[in-house]
Amino acid sequence: MAQFSFAGTEGATFKRRLYGNVASGVSGFAALVIVAIVVVVISSIFIGGYKNFTWEFLTQEPTEGMTAGGIYPAIIGTVIMTLLMSVMAVPLGTVTAIYLSEFAKANSAFARTIRFAVNTLASIPSIVFGLFGLGFFVQFVGKGMDDIMTPGNLVWGQPNILWASMTMGLLTLPVVIVSVEEAIRTVPRDLVDASLALGATRLQTIRKIIIPGSLSGILTGMILAISRGAGEVAPILFTGAAFFLPQIPHALTSQFMHLGYHIYVLSTQSANVDKTIPLQYTTTMVLLLLTFTLNISAVVLRSRVRSKLKAA
Amino acid sequence: MSTTMMTEQNEEILSPQMRTTIGGSTDVSNKARPVKVSTKNLDLFYGAKQALKGVTLEIHEKRVTAFIGPSGCGKSTYLRTLNRMNDTIVGCKITGEVIIDGVDIYDPRLDVVELRKRVGMVFQKSNPFPKSIWENVAYGPKILGERNKATLNEIVEKSLRQAAIWDEAKDRLHHSALGFSGGQQQRLCIARALATNPEVILMDEPASALDPISTAKIEELIFELKKDYTIVIVTHNMQQAARVSDITAFFYLGELIEVGHTRDMFTNPAKKQTEDYITGRFG
Repeated sequence: MAQFSFAGTEGATFKRRLYGNVASGVSGFAALVIVAIVVVVISSIFIGGYKNFTWEFLTQEPTEGMTAGGIYPAIIGTVIMTLLMSVMAVPLGTVTAIYLSEFAKANSAFARTIRFAVNTLASIPSIVFGLFGLGFFVQFVGKGMDDIMTPGNLVWGQPNILWASMTMGLLTLPVVIVSVEEAIRTVPRDLVDASLALGATRLQTIRKIIIPGSLSGILTGMILAISRGAGEVAPILFTGAAFFLPQIPHALTSQFMHLGYHIYVLSTQSANVDKTIPLQYTTTMVLLLLTFTLNISAVVLRSRVRSKLKAA
Repeated sequence: MSTTMMTEQNEEILSPQMRTTIGGSTDVSNKARPVKVSTKNLDLFYGAKQALKGVTLEIHEKRVTAFIGPSGCGKSTYLRTLNRMNDTIVGCKITGEVIIDGVDIYDPRLDVVELRKRVGMVFQKSNPFPKSIWENVAYGPKILGERNKATLNEIVEKSLRQAAIWDEAKDRLHHSALGFSGGQQQRLCIARALATNPEVILMDEPASALDPISTAKIEELIFELKKDYTIVIVTHNMQQAARVSDITAFFYLGELIEVGHTRDMFTNPAKKQTEDYITGRFG
């Protein structure tokens, strides 16, 4: 048997050790850079924004050409748009995911087409959704509805919260589909087999085994979609977001203010950009808090559903 | 586990009743019972690969029929044709006949739900639902439309008793089934299969993942159940086949090589392949 060499500082062994140390050093540094970026971004926003973060700011409308006052309509507009979007995108996405994983033959042309469409949808730049929404929902569907129901009157054929929500829904659809499909895949096949072997139909098995088993994933997908939708601006630029609209939306045909769009407006369209800088910080902070809250609630919800399933 | 419990269970393994079953059937008369399930020239393909080749076999009522053979010989595949569980596999094609009580179960007009109600199944890996014990057992009857809580309670108790797990389950009916040990879970799965009141029970290596004591309990249970049910069991364990079954069928490379009374199969097989397998020359 050969002797072990302890001359670790020489030749090949030294080289190997050096490479190992360099590799762990470089990858560790890269990870540190990521953390640093997050810390810098978040802390600068909170440092700039916390002074204005008051109850008044959250509950009042913008005043004096949006150089003062609060962002109440933008918060409410964002929430309503997001809810409308979820109501449309989550069921459609969930049903699609169930179809893909439970009914479609894995490699059939149809299933592959759907998957290709979902992947394509996920890679389309968000501004393209905005333009599509304008062309399809506002100018084609909305206009068409007006021509049929109220000829000569513009009711649906202009940007509004419904078209904006639907456009945003298209953007978030792939997020829902992918996460729900992943969740369904975590339901053990033996449970599905057991259910079928007891005489359950495919639909009963989906209702009683697959959906309860993937509920946490469905909820996570929903919240991921919501937080994505709450943060995006481009899809609603031309389809319903309002530059300045002090009242909150009261009908599907209303336009609405939106936090993300409001930040854009404050920083580029204001008559006095310098005066709006503190407002920009605080608005950004509110938007971040909103998406953080949603993401954290996704995590909490998921773990609660999981532990509940375990305990049941 | 306490020592006293161990002793008790060891005694159970060696109970006289069990001992008589070793080496074949307790049915000393060996009188043929009516045929419950039969297949004729059954071929099964997974895509281009043929997994079963012209299997013709009769399974008798209220007997335990064991399928033995090396891995990949088609015994589990064959078992799964009897309740059409292969239907869910993409690219699976079947020709030939599977007759249960005189009805071709691959007739397109046949209701698969009705078939699976009558032909229950227990899987290799115990697979209780992540629900309560009660919910697990009541799953089948509820799926089949039973809503009456009292009736369901009755079915749950009866099934758990039949599967010899009532004593362990009765105080925790509404606790998660996942709190059970592997052997208990498997008996729970048997109770779940019994709850739909089947006539035939298919068992796909039901004890292969269990320790010897749990295995003995399952075997004892099979012995009890054959009074009321037709049981078909796939097993890798030849001693198990010898202990629990009345009839043994030997599969090799998708073909049914030999079938006969378990005692004859193990003492005096007709075919050389069977003898080679049983004596451990391959497998």
